[in-house]
Amino acid sequence: MLELRVASRLGTFELEAELDVADGEVMVLVGESGSGKSTLLRCLSGLLRPDRGRISMDGATWFDSERSAWLSANERAVGVVTQDVALFPHLSAAENVAFGLRAQRIPAPEREQRTAAALERLGIASLAARKPHQLSGGQQQRVAIARAVVLEPRLLLLDEPLSALDAASRRAIRGELRKLLDELSCATVYVTHSPAEALSFGECITVLEAGRVSQVGTREDLMRSPRSPYVAEFLGVNLFFGTLTGPDGVRSAGGARIALPYGELTIAERAGAPGGAGSGDTAILVRPRDITLALARPTGTARNVFEGAIEELVPQPPDGELVRTSLATTPPLIAEVTRQAVTALALAPGRRVFASFKAAGVIVVGELDKRPSGA
Amino acid sequence: MADPASRPPRPSLASFAVLVAGTLLLAFLALPFVGLLLRVSPREVLARLGSAVVLDALRLSFVTSIAATAVVVVLGIPVAWLLATREFPGKRVVEVLVDLPMVLPPTVAGFALLMAFGRAGLAGRGLAALGISLPFTTLGVVVAQVFMAVPFMVGPARASFASLDRKLLDAAATLRARETFTFFHVALPLAMPGLLAGVAMSGARSLGEFGATITFAGNLPGSTQTMPLAVYVALQSDLDAAVALSVLLLVMAFGLLLGLRAAPAGSFWGRLDARAPGR
Repeated sequence: MLELRVASRLGTFELEAELDVADGEVMVLVGESGSGKSTLLRCLSGLLRPDRGRISMDGATWFDSERSAWLSANERAVGVVTQDVALFPHLSAAENVAFGLRAQRIPAPEREQRTAAALERLGIASLAARKPHQLSGGQQQRVAIARAVVLEPRLLLLDEPLSALDAASRRAIRGELRKLLDELSCATVYVTHSPAEALSFGECITVLEAGRVSQVGTREDLMRSPRSPYVAEFLGVNLFFGTLTGPDGVRSAGGARIALPYGELTIAERAGAPGGAGSGDTAILVRPRDITLALARPTGTARNVFEGAIEELVPQPPDGELVRTSLATTPPLIAEVTRQAVTALALAPGRRVFASFKAAGVIVVGELDKRPSGA
Repeated sequence: MADPASRPPRPSLASFAVLVAGTLLLAFLALPFVGLLLRVSPREVLARLGSAVVLDALRLSFVTSIAATAVVVVLGIPVAWLLATREFPGKRVVEVLVDLPMVLPPTVAGFALLMAFGRAGLAGRGLAALGISLPFTTLGVVVAQVFMAVPFMVGPARASFASLDRKLLDAAATLRARETFTFFHVALPLAMPGLLAGVAMSGARSLGEFGATITFAGNLPGSTQTMPLAVYVALQSDLDAAVALSVLLLVMAFGLLLGLRAAPAGSFWGRLDARAPGR
């Protein structure tokens, strides 16, 4: 269990944050650049000493300004994986993974065994002798992850671990990383810019804005009631969980289908269908701006149509040109429409509308292992 | 290049000036060496090198400059690391102090050493009580060479440490490495090209040291007369011997610098080269 309450001033920037992460839990930390995510991570890893506050891990004090207690990075059971990988260029993949074990003077037989196991776990055993420059971006990131987890940290810090990768390797590693994190018993803080990563990794999400925590909650909480424009923008998406149906997701002219507890969605073939049919829960996103509202049942190309009453209309900052519309459809949807549309259709709470979106507007995120109870 | 629309630029007045300046400077630098090399035949050089005085000076120069370089490496690299990674009060003063021997006239340095380590000097009395005497001894030669060579080690080493990727040092810390471990396993290997440059430069400086040595350690054949001193003495009696010694020093200095340029490309960087075969 990680408990953090810190305050720190760096020049004109002020960080004042609190964070609690249980063992085995993945806390996703999101925020714009400059919101203090990196500073907070440096406080956690021990590379930056905050001015005031307290950090404790499993009851052990890592930092306490009142008692002048401070453990530096090399004294903490913390693992760090960063976006820029930071592998040692003069060491092979295996030597990189073994670095922390050597630094701790773990005897050679145990060191070799643990290094081999970590390489194996990340699927890079065959690359052990390669130098970092002989590895692809995705392979380098696997080495960096192996290097961090081989030390069995109590706290794992992942600082945008996938954002430097190309789309294909990001997809590949995301699934594996999700699986790995489920196996680890440590507390994890996962910093990301990507809504898809936030949704697939975080049961719980902390939003940092201008050095302060603006919202903490489950992904459903944040999506239903975003407390700031940033959260609305970042996670302002419709998330569904369903099961791919039919062999190979039915690649008919109608596109693949996904069965939801309350009906069926049609998705475009090109959206991809990882995992194949019936392999479990698949998360699907629909962006609010991809949803069209109409007063009559649409007859066009949109394949997914839901009917329901408008619950709430919230003009969005800065100028209210876009209006966030909550719909009491099954499932509940959030649509973003223009102010002109609101006027033209005379949209108001209670009014029944048809919400529709095209198959191509459905984004398949992938499989989420932990299905939140609310979905 | 192959674009027909772009004609080769007409030689301008500026490029002509650069050409002239370059030619003049190269000629100025090369001519004295050519003069030296033409003065004697290689066979004559070898013959002269066989004489006792020359052999003594040669042996002494090698022993003292290797010892001095070793001292400079052991003392200079940790200081370079501290200067590159730490902020502390009085850092500016330390920096100036470390650089000072580079701009100080060597005779002034030798005289200052005499004031400090001479029989009546600040530290000299203490050393004398321990039975150690530095002035006019071989050990004194080493001390003078160390004094003059320090900036040539600390400078490149510090620059090399400072240009290390900070993220790698942070990564080492989060992998639970203490600073000493990080220093030996990350900083030292990655800064190696700069460190080797420092070793070569400070070695060359030790080998060529004259002013501080002759002031502090004197000019005693066999015990303090190094090669540069022997050249100076020979110049007044036996010109051919002076030429032979000079040619030898020239060849060694040239070889050292050339090796410095060639070695990093061949050995060290070769291992980091992206085009190296896999595995």
